[in-house]
Parts: sequence; C-alpha cells; structure tokens
Amino acid sequence: MSGGGELLLDARRVAKQFGGVQALRDVSLSIRAGEIYGLIGPNGAGKTTFFNVLTGLYTPDGGDLVFAGRELQASAPHKAAAQGIARTFQNIRLFANMTALENVMVGRHVRTRAGVLGAVLRDRRTRAEEAAIRRRAEELLHYVHIADRADDLAKHLSYGDQRRLEIARALATEPKLLALDEPAAGMNATETGELRVLIEGIRRDGVTVLLIEHDVKLVMGLCDRVAVLDYGAKICEDVPAVVQKDPRVIEAYLGA
Amino acid sequence: MSFLDRLRHSRRAALGATLFLGLLLAALPFLVGNGLGNSWLRILDFALLYIMLALGLNIVVGFAGLLDLGYIAFYAVGAYLYALLASPHFGLHLPVWAIIPAGAALAGFFGILLGAPTLRLRGDYLAIVTLGFGEIVRIFLNNLNAPLNITNGPQGISGIDPIRLGGVSLARPMEFLGFTIPSLHGYYYLFLALALLIVFVTIRLEHSRIGRAWVAIREDEIAAKACGINTRNIKLLAFAMGASFGGVAGGLFAGFQAFVSPESFSLMESIMVLCMVVLGGMGHIPGVILGGILLTVLPEIFRHGAGPVQQMLFGKVLLDPEALRMLLFGLALIVVMLYRPAGLWPSPTRRREFRGDAR
Amino acid sequence: MDILLQQIINGLVLGSIYALVALGYTMVYGIMGLINFAHGEVVMIGALVALAVIRLLADSGLPGVVVALVGLGAAAPVCMAVGFTIERVAYRPLRRAPRLAPLITAIGVSIVLQNLAMLIWGRNYHAFPPILPTSQHEVFGATITSLQVAIVLIAALMMGGLMLLVQRTRLGRAMRATAENPAIAQLMGVDINRIISLTFVIGSALAAVAGLMVSANYSIAHYYMGFILGLKAFTAAVLGGIGKLGGAMLGGILLGLIESLGAGYIGDLTGGFLGSHYQDVFAFFVLICVLVFRPSGLVGEKAAERA
Repeated sequence: MSGGGELLLDARRVAKQFGGVQALRDVSLSIRAGEIYGLIGPNGAGKTTFFNVLTGLYTPDGGDLVFAGRELQASAPHKAAAQGIARTFQNIRLFANMTALENVMVGRHVRTRAGVLGAVLRDRRTRAEEAAIRRRAEELLHYVHIADRADDLAKHLSYGDQRRLEIARALATEPKLLALDEPAAGMNATETGELRVLIEGIRRDGVTVLLIEHDVKLVMGLCDRVAVLDYGAKICEDVPAVVQKDPRVIEAYLGA
Repeated sequence: MSFLDRLRHSRRAALGATLFLGLLLAALPFLVGNGLGNSWLRILDFALLYIMLALGLNIVVGFAGLLDLGYIAFYAVGAYLYALLASPHFGLHLPVWAIIPAGAALAGFFGILLGAPTLRLRGDYLAIVTLGFGEIVRIFLNNLNAPLNITNGPQGISGIDPIRLGGVSLARPMEFLGFTIPSLHGYYYLFLALALLIVFVTIRLEHSRIGRAWVAIREDEIAAKACGINTRNIKLLAFAMGASFGGVAGGLFAGFQAFVSPESFSLMESIMVLCMVVLGGMGHIPGVILGGILLTVLPEIFRHGAGPVQQMLFGKVLLDPEALRMLLFGLALIVVMLYRPAGLWPSPTRRREFRGDAR
Repeated sequence: MDILLQQIINGLVLGSIYALVALGYTMVYGIMGLINFAHGEVVMIGALVALAVIRLLADSGLPGVVVALVGLGAAAPVCMAVGFTIERVAYRPLRRAPRLAPLITAIGVSIVLQNLAMLIWGRNYHAFPPILPTSQHEVFGATITSLQVAIVLIAALMMGGLMLLVQRTRLGRAMRATAENPAIAQLMGVDINRIISLTFVIGSALAAVAGLMVSANYSIAHYYMGFILGLKAFTAAVLGGIGKLGGAMLGGILLGLIESLGAGYIGDLTGGFLGSHYQDVFAFFVLICVLVFRPSGLVGEKAAERA
C-alpha cells in the first residue's frame, strides 16, 4: 500500500517552543494520500504538539505546512477543518450534554451553510440541508456501529463508544486527513481489534489517516509508514519493519 | 405515560392543547383585568416584556454558555432609541414600525461591540466585563445631559409617544365592533404577538445549524473549533441576536411607559433577567418562559402581600417589603443552584441525568 | 494648591483601600480559581458594623482612636464569620460543578447580604461621626490629613503582615501548596478545606479594615457601597495580575491613581465634554483594556489557556 499516493501533507521544518522547552525541533514529515501514517515516540516527545500545530490550535514558531497543495493557515482550527483536516483528542472531547446524533451533526457545520435567516424562515434549501445533515449523521453513527446510541447524551456513552463517536464526528467534516490522537488509549484487546478494523475501513473509503499511538503493536500492524519523534525531533521515518529495527528508535524507547 | 408525553404522541391532542392555549392567551387580559384589576394587567404586560428579555439572554447564556451580566444595557439601548426618536425631547416623532427594528439593529450592534473585545475571556472574567459594560452604559445615560443634552440625565425622558398601530394609539381605549378594548389590552396583544415571534425565532434557531454550534461552543469550545466552527463569529452572532431581542423589548417598554430613566437599567435588572433564565432552566425555552413569568409575578404578589401580612401579624410593617423581596430572591438563587442546578424546568435530556435513568 | 500632587495623594489613599480589598479577591482566586463575587459586600458589612458600634460609643468620652478600634474589633469577627459562611454555603458544595454555578450562588449571596444590610440599617446613608483627629498637613502645596496618613500606613502594615504570613509561616506554606495543586497538597497532609476556610476568613478580616477605612475616609456608609467598591477592587486585582498578592497591591495603588488623576483631568482631556462624574467609568475601562490586552495582569506570567 505504501508509496503509491501523491503528497497530501508536507510539513517542513516545523518548530514550536514553550517557554524554554523546544517541543518541536524542525520536524519535517510528508504524508501521502491514502496511507495510514503513524507518529510514535516516548511521552513528551512532541506528538500531540505536532497535532495541535497541524490542526491550528498552536501557532508554529517556524517552518510551514502545506496541505493538499495549499499553505495551512496558522492558528485557525476552523480553517484547518475547512481545508480537510479532522481530529480526535487524546482525552476525548465530546459535547457532553448533546446527544450522540447531535454531536455528529455539529461535525457537518463546516460543510453546510444555513445562517440565521435560513434557520428562522426554514426555506426549502435549509430544510433540504438540515435533512441531509441528519441523514449523514445517522449514516456515520451506523458506520462506527453506535447507531443504537443516537439519542443518548454523549456523556452517558461507554468509553469505547465515546471514542467511536468522536471519530464519527470527525468524519462528518469530510476530512481528507483524519488525525487520531491515541485512539486506543484505555481500550482492551477486543476493543483495540475493532478499532483497527474501523481505521482500516476509513482508509479504504478514501481518507488518509494520521495516527498517534502508544500501542506499538497496533501501530506496526496498521501503519504503512511510521515516524518516530524523540525530544521534539524526528529521529526516523520509514515502513514499520525498518523502524522497528532502527537502533535510534530502540534507544529512544529503552534508553531513557 | 404522562400527560405531556401523550401530547407529544397524539396529533389531535396536540392540536387541542394548542387551541386551548391560544384561547387562554387571547382571553387572559379579560380574565385578569376583570378578576384582579388593571394593576395586574400591567404586570401581565411586563411579564411579556421580561419573557422577551429572558429569551434573548437565554441565547447568550443558555445556548452559547457566555455569562452576560450587563444584558440590561441592550434593553436600555432599545428604550432610549425609542425615547429619543418619538418624544418632544428632540421633537422627533417617528413611527413605531421604524423604531423597533432600528432598536433591534442598534442593540445588536452594541452586542457585537461588547462581544468583540471579550471573546477570548473565560466565563467569570466575561461576567465581570459585561457587568462593567452595563454600568458604563448606565453611567453615560446618567451623565450625557451636559454639555450637550442627549439623554436628559437622571431625570430621564418623559412624554414619550405611545405606540400607534395603523394610526390607532394603544394608549387609549379602542372601539372594535362595538366593544371597547382598554389600552392595557392593546399593549397585551402587541407584546404577546412579539413575544410569540421571539419564541418562534428562538425555537427555529435552537434546532438549526447555528443553534447546534452555540451549544457546541458552550459544551467544549476547543472541540467546536476542531469541528470547523468559527467560534468568534458564532459567539458574536449569539451576542447580537440576544441583544436585538433586548432592543425590541426596550423599545416596547419605552412606548408602554411613556417614560425612561437610567434607573430602570440597573445591574439589579440584569441580574433579575439572568435569574429568570437560570431558575427557569438554562437553555430550555419553556423553562425560561416559566422563569420570566414566575419572577415577574411572584415578586409582585410579594410586594402586594408582604406589607399587609406583616400588618396583620405584628400590627405594623417591620421589614421593608422591597428588601425582603430581594432577600428571598437571593436565597432562591442560592438554593436552586445548590439543589436544582439545571433549573425548575430543565430540558428533558438534562432532566434525565438527574433521575439517573439515562441508559 | 498643587492639584497634581493633591490628586496623587488622594489616589494613594484610595489605592491603599482598593489594594486591601483586592487582596481578598486575589487570595481566593489564587487558591480556588474562583472570583468571590460577594467580597465587596463583606466590606460593606464591615463598614456598617464598625460604624454602628462607633456611633454607639461616639459620645462615651473615649478617645476617637479607641472608639474606632473597638468598632473594628466588632466588625472583624462579624466579617470573618460572614466570609466563612459564604464559602461553606455557596462555594464548597459546588467545587466540582460547572464554573457558572458558583458565580451564580455568589451573586445570590451578594443580593442576600445587601438586602440583609438594608433590612438592618435601612436605605439611608449613615454619617461617620467626627471622632478622629482631622489635623491637616501641608505638603508642597497639597494637603493631607492625618486620617489619610493613617489609612496608607495601616494598609501598608496589613499588606506586609499578610506577605509575611504567606511567605514565612506554616499556614502560608500550606496556602501556597493548595494554590499550586490542591490534590497534591491534600496528599501531603494539608487539610485543604481548612486552608480554604482560613483564606476566606483572612480576606474578610482585611475587608473589615478596608470597610472602616472607606467609611472614615468618605465619612459615610450605606448598604449599597460594597458593590462598586468590590468591582473596583476586583479590577485592581486583575490589573495587577489576579492570584498574585504583590499584584493586588500594585493594581490597587495604580487604579487609585488612575481614577483620581483621571477624574481630575478628564475635563481638560475631552475639552469639557466629559466631567468628573465619569470617574467610575475609568475602572471599567481599565478592566476591559487589561483583560483584552494583557489578561494575565501586570505582574502575572503568561496565562496559558487550559487546552
């Protein structure tokens, strides 16, 4: 599967620093369309920081990010979403007091247009759009296998279902790139297995996946290519089989 | 199945209930006017104004989760605009259909003016800044009488034109098919119509892309951004929408009272409206309406009752009824927050979590 | 008479009082991350209790300073009890609730205290009896009364004492630990409930002193005085950097100066369009500017948004 697609994300010498800590040191990565790309590294290596820069939550101090041929706007999460980057969060961030269905419907926001006037007058176009939003949200709940939870409040879902809901919400924004921040954290083996099937399905349906994960087995089994961060710098980027044997990687994981 | 559930499931029952409610609302001023007297009819009119205010604030606080303690400033903007454009003060006498929309627009503009610099602030900071904004507006209303007399200062503006619809003044009794309809009834129907319009707009907004975005921001702003919501614009929209409702209510208030002064727009009024939203049920339209009615009517009952009851018990009025009323008010606020944090009539989904049978 | 110097003196006096009240806000904020909206009302209660006692003793023949101290001696415990109760009733049960909830109960507490005061003391303004020495001193063409000198000195003394308490004592260390991380402080054996209660009690004691100072300085007290004073003190705390003791003092003094100089010169600045009755607008204007342009305040570090 690897190597086939064209370049989707080209991150060049991205740097970010907090106070005196260099969280990202000139990190360059390139993700090709259609692949599952893994980003691993020890705790504090800068994986989530990279995610936050990529999705516009942080402004990078240096470097640039080109996504699907266009420069990414720094520090504008909603623009990143509009350009086709969706994400989940390490510590799940759902709209707790909205139902599962409503959560996914919010995800459609960026691809729909109805304004105040449309909402109040509810003209034909708005009605059609609203119906389409609902239909798509229901489809996505099916897609992640939690359709029977549609009317439950997000906060009442089980942990695994919350992860799935967050993925469904991210998919609702019609991303080209789906960035998952430790989706398997806290899952048991069965759930992780199901998650793996889900992620593979998402890729099959044409969405490129960027995966931060601690579960090395999952990453190695699932990803086409893997990059390893350590102390904010990329120390290795290759197919899993090569990365696994790379002495720098072994040292980063065992050395500290 | 409860009565309410049955209503939801049967179209005929729903139609019947709507019809009944419509008739009740239509007949209410006659029932109240004949049964309790004109002072209660005035209170009824005020209740409708407060419902509009509470629904406006509910968009900001209840939907978008932005605590606004200066909301009454928008009411003031609407009221003073009406007062300036339809009174002898400047000698202008513009018609109501021009002023009310202008008041809504101007209040909406003020909403954006307040919202823009405060967007990045967290909840409690926002509360204090909005409170400061409300006070600034009041201080300016109080002092803009010199060197150029714009607001007439603390004396306020009097002699404001009554609201006229189709050439008929609502301040005078109307002849209609041989019946005489008293002035307060005319105002009641006008206020009712506008309150219903605002209810309608709010319901439509709640179940729309915009309404979902507001609630999403309230629930988790960062996640909302990640979903592609332009939180800045959507928050400003909430401020502007909420403020414009306040502007409408303010204009009606000025025409109804024929007098405005800065005293009507104190912080206490902002807090009063906030209490309607919070005690009724933040984010739940029927709850907010209930809050508006309760907090207009109960204090009045108290105002009328507290003096005589004390007279009866102690032979004289020991405690200032006004202070007593506010005291109970503050206590109610505390007790409701401690024991019913979602309000007296919370939305069904939020109520479920209190019963604990969500699964 | 030198107007500039006079305004600076007035500003310093006003600022000392703001600083004392601001400390109450900033201590609670530092420890709990919560704005104690009702703190201004505690100042009001302090002022009215002290004044009630002072009026009772005004004709007793005791020296004025002793009467004032007795008034303070009555006001301080009352304020401390009120502060303790506020935390117990309105904040402690809501520690894990959404942020909006304690803010609303705090508004409720403010309303209750204000109207309780109105029931007890009525709607009228109460005059402060002329028991304190009012000798005036000429300083480079401006006048300063011995009362004003006393206010500044006592405020400085109280602030110094608080600094020592927080930096040098066991209690202070526990307070700093709780502010840093309550969960860990608890693990280390700090009784955080007790620390939080004590924080409210100490802040309220300072409020009692400030209350007495305000009513002595303006020769007046009434049930509504706490609201605007509290708001300004809060502004001072934010201006300095809320949560930082030094910030509250700096912010208080600065705000006092800004207000007093602003009120003195606003007429000239606006060509007579705005007059000195806009004094109160300054505080809000400063508050909004600080929050928008430097939300961490003057001495605060960069406040990271919790992501």
